[in-house]
Formats: sequence, structure tokens, C-alpha cells
Amino acid sequence: MARMKFLCDAERCIECNGCVTACKQEHEIPWGVNRRRVVTMNDGVPGERSISVACMHCSDAPCMAVCPVDCFYKTDQGVVLHDKDMCIGCGYCFYACPFGAPQFPQLGAFGVRGKMDKCTFCAGGPEPDGSAAEFEKYGRNRLSEGKLPVCAEMCSTKALLAGDGDVLADIYRDRVLRRGKGAEVWGWATAYKAPAGGNGAPRPAGATPAPSAGPAAPQGGKS
Amino acid sequence: MTRRLEAIVVPLAAALSALMLAGCGERPQVVDYKQGTYSGKPDTPAWSNAPFNGNEQEWTNVLKQRAQNQNEYKRIGG
Repeated sequence: MARMKFLCDAERCIECNGCVTACKQEHEIPWGVNRRRVVTMNDGVPGERSISVACMHCSDAPCMAVCPVDCFYKTDQGVVLHDKDMCIGCGYCFYACPFGAPQFPQLGAFGVRGKMDKCTFCAGGPEPDGSAAEFEKYGRNRLSEGKLPVCAEMCSTKALLAGDGDVLADIYRDRVLRRGKGAEVWGWATAYKAPAGGNGAPRPAGATPAPSAGPAAPQGGKS
Repeated sequence: MTRRLEAIVVPLAAALSALMLAGCGERPQVVDYKQGTYSGKPDTPAWSNAPFNGNEQEWTNVLKQRAQNQNEYKRIGG
């Protein structure tokens, strides 16, 4: 059974924001909502690194744990999704998420917080696959079309990878061996926890590229 | 004078009560809520509809193949 994950290679990300744009375009995300964004650390100084951040679909997702109406569910492939009909827009998930993934559209009067919106791993939501209702609420369901998330598929430098965790680990290991550096995988320790014994996965972020600015790599945090 | 006042108050009261009752028209969105468990709409597996029509293995293979396209060392050689 595939276990879907995102992997962002900080050595390759050039901060082009193509992933952000592709996501917004694919799902027709409203103004003010960014399911994915690029964060740059140590901007302008040697050692600058950028990473593309969105919902990492954590193994033990904190958003699921804190939701007061239990609107979250996880698919067999490990994709964390939610039912917007149940969401009350309380924002607890936003405070719990180590990646700041949950977004809240403020389209109503007086800036009222709408129902939560986040990356779906391009897997839609609890509506019929490919239906208009699904697209309107959750965006396009590429996974049901046999495609991977658009942010990763269109990444020009292939810094952002998406798919089965084992496949990503193989690709990344090959890459690290060839370039001989940059073995740290940003966010994996937080999202997926450290693998107990190898399991073919690359060593997850024991140390990240000098997180001195911005929403620095939340390593070793509660996942 | 009273009649004129009535002509204003009665429609106003009717409109106000209709406005207040509008809140009662909200449909329940969760049929049966159980604390601690997902009670929303059920979702179907990604491979359940066309083009995979329930063939999970085919779906898995397609996605694995697609994921390998992210490896330029294999895709274009290196």
C-alpha cells in the first residue's frame, strides 16, 4: 500500500514559486488562500535555503487530534483530508499544525473566518470523484486520474517530490549519493517521525539548514 | 393614524419574524455525530472510478511509474 508523502529538497529549490502558482491555478484557490507557499531561510546571506511548504499529510496529524468536530479523516494512502460540510472554521487546526498549512478564506462580512482549506494532495475530498461539488469545495482530484500533485509534477528543478514514500526515498538517496551532500530532508522528522530502522527511507532531518529566520524548520517537534 | 401605523408595523413584524425564522432553515450536515470519530461523508478510494474502475493494482503501478518521472537520473539518464 502506497504511503503518500511530500519531500522538498532544499538544495534544489530556487524559490520560483511555480508550485504555489500551479496549485492556485489547478484548484482555482480564492484570493487570500495559499495551500502551498515557499519559505526562504537566511534570505540574502550565504547558506540561504528555500523550501516549499504545504500540508505534509502527517502520519500522526495534530490537526486531526485537535479538531473539535472531527471533520478530518485519513485515506488508506495516508492523505489527510477533511469534510468542509462539518468544519466550523474554529482555527484549532491552524494552531496545531507545525507547518501552518490550514488556511481560512475571509470572504464573508466583517472578515468572518470561513471553512478551513488546505492541501489535499490533489485528492479531492468526500464528494463523488471528479464532480463539480468536489472541485468547488476541495479542488481537482488528480489522484483519481492517476496523477500526482501538480505542485510536484511541474516543479522545474524537481526540488519538490510527491508520491509513495518509498519511491521518494529511493529517488532522494540516489540524488544525495551523486551530489555527496544535502541528505537532510526538511520536515520529515516532524511529519512522519524518524524511521526506527532504515526502511529504505533517507535519514530525516536531524539537522536542517540553519533555521535562523522565518517559520524555521520545526524539527523534533510534536507531530 | 392607527391604521397607518398598523400598515407599517404589521408588514415590518412579518418581515422580521420571517428573517428570524430563516435561521431554522439550516439543514443538518452531519447525520450522526460520534465524539472522536469521523462522522462526515464517506469518501471513495481514488481508484474506484474511471479510468481505473476499481483496479487498485493498476492505479498503484501508474502512480509509481509517474513518481519515477520525478527522477531525472532515470528519466533522461545520468
